[in-house]
Amino acid sequence: MSTILNKLSMYMQYPFVIHALIVGVLIAFCSSLLGVTLVLKRFSFIGDGLSHVAFGGMAVATILNFTNDMPLILTITVICAVLLLRTGQNTKLKGDATLAMLSVGALAIGYLLMNIFSTSSNLTGDVCTTLFGSTSILTLTKTEVWLSVVLSIVVVSIFILFYNKIFAVTFDESFAQATGTKAELYNLLIAVVVAVIVVIAMNLVGSLLVSALVIFPALSAMRIFKSFKAVTICSATLSVFCALTGILVSILGSTPVGSTIVAVDIVAFFIACIIEKVSRR
Amino acid sequence: MAQLICQNLSLGYDAKAILHDLSFSVDAGDYLCIVGENGSGKSTLMKTILGLQAPIHGEVLIGDGLRRNEIGYLPQQTVVQKDFPASVIEIVLSGCQGRCGIRPFYNSKEKQLAGKAMEKMGIGDITKRCYRELSGGQQQRVLLARALCATQKILLLDEPVAGLDPKATAELYQLIYELNQIDGITVIMISHDVTTAIEYASHILHIGKTVFFGRKEEYIKNQSKDLFGMTERGDKS
Repeated sequence: MSTILNKLSMYMQYPFVIHALIVGVLIAFCSSLLGVTLVLKRFSFIGDGLSHVAFGGMAVATILNFTNDMPLILTITVICAVLLLRTGQNTKLKGDATLAMLSVGALAIGYLLMNIFSTSSNLTGDVCTTLFGSTSILTLTKTEVWLSVVLSIVVVSIFILFYNKIFAVTFDESFAQATGTKAELYNLLIAVVVAVIVVIAMNLVGSLLVSALVIFPALSAMRIFKSFKAVTICSATLSVFCALTGILVSILGSTPVGSTIVAVDIVAFFIACIIEKVSRR
Repeated sequence: MAQLICQNLSLGYDAKAILHDLSFSVDAGDYLCIVGENGSGKSTLMKTILGLQAPIHGEVLIGDGLRRNEIGYLPQQTVVQKDFPASVIEIVLSGCQGRCGIRPFYNSKEKQLAGKAMEKMGIGDITKRCYRELSGGQQQRVLLARALCATQKILLLDEPVAGLDPKATAELYQLIYELNQIDGITVIMISHDVTTAIEYASHILHIGKTVFFGRKEEYIKNQSKDLFGMTERGDKS
């Protein structure tokens, strides 16, 4: 036990570990907030689709040799989120089909572009890193840390300020609209916020695993709690806890950060299922 | 002046009208039942009245001091709501959303309003319960309480008793009737059930191949001549 603690306190002296922990907690917190809404609105896959788009964006940024690729990826992802929502209302092209198209399309084009234009000698490694985020959280620059902090604050304040409206729109869109809430506007807001979350979360778990961060804590919390507020709070707490545990375990056991966090999330989900079963009796 | 006037309405989807040239008006305190076969456009009409869908032709006017955000609505239940983790109070309060405007949180007046609405609907003792664990009748009362938070004037109900057992159905009809009679709230209700529609309503709007709008007494007179071909079909759901 003491060797583990020693090892941990040694790691804690490195600024990159501290950075990883701060950003990890923030990302986990933000991503879980909207997870409840996405799961309930049957939008679980939007996170997934957008993360693939973000991968495509990252490929473009890499080719153009941007030193800071976050703004470009953010713009592309937000635009796609808005477009997805627009086409979702169009009856000719159904939302889920558009989503599938966009998501695999972006993935394919991203990889293709990287393959054709990349100057890197280790292309497979690069792609793997972007997809599974194996090391990127440990190599964050100061700017990226600050950007994550600012974006997280923005996301959390939007969520708190619009909490009641998000609830109303999630529970019953047509009622909200009929009684004077601008449902479309808030749907748009949700989509944009999700896009922002996906982009910042990509650093933590990589683009393939982003939606796990969004939906797992929400699903676990929904097993146990019965009011929207309790579910949201539990989901956020659980997500932060799992992210912390995941990062620490991955540092100690030298496992990939993203997949370890998701593995912890999965364990938490099964524990929540058991709690639900037991409490029903 | 009438609370709600529909003038020469044509409605439907994608510019294909399913209802043509419909005109009627509703005064404060009326109890209007909209009846008609499946697919005759009852729900579409309600969505058009609520402004969720634009009419192809004609217009919906509101008057008598009624404002757009003062219309209470009880929609049909959606799939999303079936396993929604929310407490009763959270849902009822969300009916006050239209009053909030840009203000992010509910004030004490709105919380009082929600409390009163729940008392009136007889669900004051289950405010902390989870919506998905309630019976069908209780769920409808919750949604009705929410609609009451949005309005004191007019309620639009889209088949409020769908899927309820006979006892819950009778209770809900009674509740709605009391809201109309005691609180003077205008009721516009879509119903498959012509018999009960006639029992409670003051006016009937029948849409379909033939269109009828008027007081229920005239409707009964016409119906006995079987103008609408409803009697042999009875009430289907």
